[in-house]
Amino acid sequence: MSEKKNWMPRWFYQLASPRWSYEIMGKLLPGFAIAAFLLLIAGTVWALLFAPSDYQQGNSFRIIYIHVPSALLAQSCYMMMAIAGAIGLIWKMKVADMVAKSCAPIGATMAVLALATGAIWGKPTWGSWWVWDARLTSMLILLFLYLGVIALYSAIENEAMAAKSAAVLALVGLVNIPIIKYSVDWWNTLHQPATFKLTERPAMAPEMWLPLLVMVIGFYCFFAVSLMMRTRNEILVRERRASWVKELVEKQ
Amino acid sequence: MGIIVTNESANSEGSSVLSLFGAVLKRDLMLAYRKKSDLFNPLIFFLMVATLFPLGVSPEPDFLAQIAPGVVWVAALLATLLSMESVFKSDFEDGTLEQTLLSPQPLFVIVLAKVLAHWMMSGLPLTLLAPLLAVMLFLPAEGMSGLMLSLLIGTPTLSLVGAIGAALTVGLRKGGVLISLLVLPLYIPVLIFGTSAVQAAVTGLPLAGFFALLGAILALGLVLAPLAISAALRISVSG
Repeated sequence: MSEKKNWMPRWFYQLASPRWSYEIMGKLLPGFAIAAFLLLIAGTVWALLFAPSDYQQGNSFRIIYIHVPSALLAQSCYMMMAIAGAIGLIWKMKVADMVAKSCAPIGATMAVLALATGAIWGKPTWGSWWVWDARLTSMLILLFLYLGVIALYSAIENEAMAAKSAAVLALVGLVNIPIIKYSVDWWNTLHQPATFKLTERPAMAPEMWLPLLVMVIGFYCFFAVSLMMRTRNEILVRERRASWVKELVEKQ
Repeated sequence: MGIIVTNESANSEGSSVLSLFGAVLKRDLMLAYRKKSDLFNPLIFFLMVATLFPLGVSPEPDFLAQIAPGVVWVAALLATLLSMESVFKSDFEDGTLEQTLLSPQPLFVIVLAKVLAHWMMSGLPLTLLAPLLAVMLFLPAEGMSGLMLSLLIGTPTLSLVGAIGAALTVGLRKGGVLISLLVLPLYIPVLIFGTSAVQAAVTGLPLAGFFALLGAILALGLVLAPLAISAALRISVSG
């Protein structure tokens, strides 16, 4: 027999072990937590106190420092959920299923946060809480997709089956997201004049976008922390019958 | 059952796939024909929803003409959704679905035939009934062809996408509301392009682009949706 070349790195296979994943996440957690804490504090102080105010929107534009990171995160979280679901389907990896399940509520929360900050921002800029702007509408539909996945998780009692079903749904959603995004953009240009659109930020001053960058990285670190905590929790719940979990619980 | 067709030789494979497709289609159509309430209930629902709008919003002809494309499309979408639950339900309950999954025949073809049968029993009658609604809602006559054609190209996509939701929830007792939650967001592109086509027809703008887009979505759905439906059925039946 010829030697089979192992083209997947070893850590990928190790991730399949719930125990190994639990431990490695436990080691990574403090680093990310400290990074998230420092970045979010620094970014918030910088953004709210030191960044210059917008010449058109005054201080109300500062909500961008929450709005943009949460919207970005809501989108990438769906991607992550679908990819984790695909890994779970293809390699039958339990931990990937757990990661996908943990992604859904975080992503939904981020979508709600993006919508809420968008609405609050819309009041002073557009004069109304809600405008059928293409981006807002796409975000609302993304929230609906998240809610569908969460509803499917809670409707199926068998955990393995729920994970597989939700992964299929998430992948179908992933294929649909570009189509939905495109169609909504296109619908918006048909129905609305471009006056409602936010002033595109062509050349944002570096003093303005640097804190935004800090906030975005901080949000991603926070996402990593929250995802790892949820996944660790999920691992403990699902592996509650394993001996290492029992030992762990007895130790505490 | 009459759907197990054996592949006798590699040469006859093409024809055996076709005959499998035909057999499943015929069986599902016959089953639907024998249970006529499943056929008529969504159509009645379609009519009722469209009746609610003049009552609830305004009976003014000018106003109704404006909202008619949207109302007909939304009503068609909801009616399709209503009929979706039954696609795999009875097969699941009497064990036929399990046998189908165990059979050596390509599931892709079987699923495609089942979805086509469902469309012939829901989307097609809805399309044929649509002019009646359009007249009730004072849709200008120029919009009629756009409405019919857009429904004809759009409703098969609705059946394909809806069947994914139906397959995911077939093993659950309370599947009905869940299907709507899973599938409605995915229907949005079809709704947008469908109503836009009708509006373009009313105002005399060129239509080909909309039909091309609806056709592109349908082509994508035809290729990908049966894969997702098959995967979902396998998960729902065998866990």
